Amino acid sequence: MAKLTFKEDVCKGCGLCVSVCPKKILALSKTKLNKKGHSPVELTKPEECVGCASCALMCPDCVITVER
Amino acid sequence: MAIVFDKPKALTDAHLHYCPGCTHGIVHRLVAEAIDALGIEGRTIGIAPVGCSVMAYDYFACDMIEAAHGRAPAVATGVKRSMPENVVFTYQGDGDLASIGLCETVSCACRGENVTIIFINNAIYGMTGGQMAPTSLVGQVTQTSPYGRDAKTQGMPIRICELLASLDAPAYIERVAVNSVANVRKAGKAILKAFRTQVEGKGFSLVEVVSTCPTNWGLTPQKACQWVDEKMIPFYPLGCFRDRE
Repeated sequence: MAKLTFKEDVCKGCGLCVSVCPKKILALSKTKLNKKGHSPVELTKPEECVGCASCALMCPDCVITVER
Repeated sequence: MAIVFDKPKALTDAHLHYCPGCTHGIVHRLVAEAIDALGIEGRTIGIAPVGCSVMAYDYFACDMIEAAHGRAPAVATGVKRSMPENVVFTYQGDGDLASIGLCETVSCACRGENVTIIFINNAIYGMTGGQMAPTSLVGQVTQTSPYGRDAKTQGMPIRICELLASLDAPAYIERVAVNSVANVRKAGKAILKAFRTQVEGKGFSLVEVVSTCPTNWGLTPQKACQWVDEKMIPFYPLGCFRDRE
């Protein structure tokens, strides 16, 4: 069981986290824009997250907090 | 549940101004994590460079000084010599460290000053719009080498780690990359070791981080990370060049 928290307005939508997620459960939002005007990252299947923190390690903007 | 990953305390809450996917942010975080891990935030002084990371003083929670272009190692020398109990690091890009500041870098390393240098090598001048840097690869297209860097007229790229490893004084020199999760973990360990080298009084430490510039390379952040694997690392091999235990 793991929980990810996103600082949505800090995200620049670079997608580095999406590309390294081993479970392929991260995606850039197709419906939302944040304050910066970027499509922020979203967790598509929260129940499948294992909390490996690969996404948070690759995030250049410290958007993601990982709890496990 | 416990928090297993969060923003390090040695970073401020300011939003980084870097382009989306720029790996400067990752290296900032790794430096801050090293400062947190050693518990030295209150006595650390950082020297910001000129270049994309010119505003690093807004992002690190420790005291920061802005140096003239390329002169960060000289400023760090002065700070460290006058306040040897403090931990002093510089954070410099390739245009700053390997071009205009090459003299200061080599001199600082040659004297074996007990400071830590974090060197970001992304093979291009980022802030000024993507001109050729001393570290640009042969054949690399930039604003000032539109047909690709030609070794005959523009020379070969400079390998800073190898250059400094030819000197006797440095205590720790390592080249790392931040283009994959595994490489980010290794880079974090190297940066922590560089700071520890200074805290233990062993002397000059430098970590070269092979970084990306998606905007000026004209690639997506993901493709830029691949480009590091395919082009940068073959020319700039990762590894430890000096480790004086």
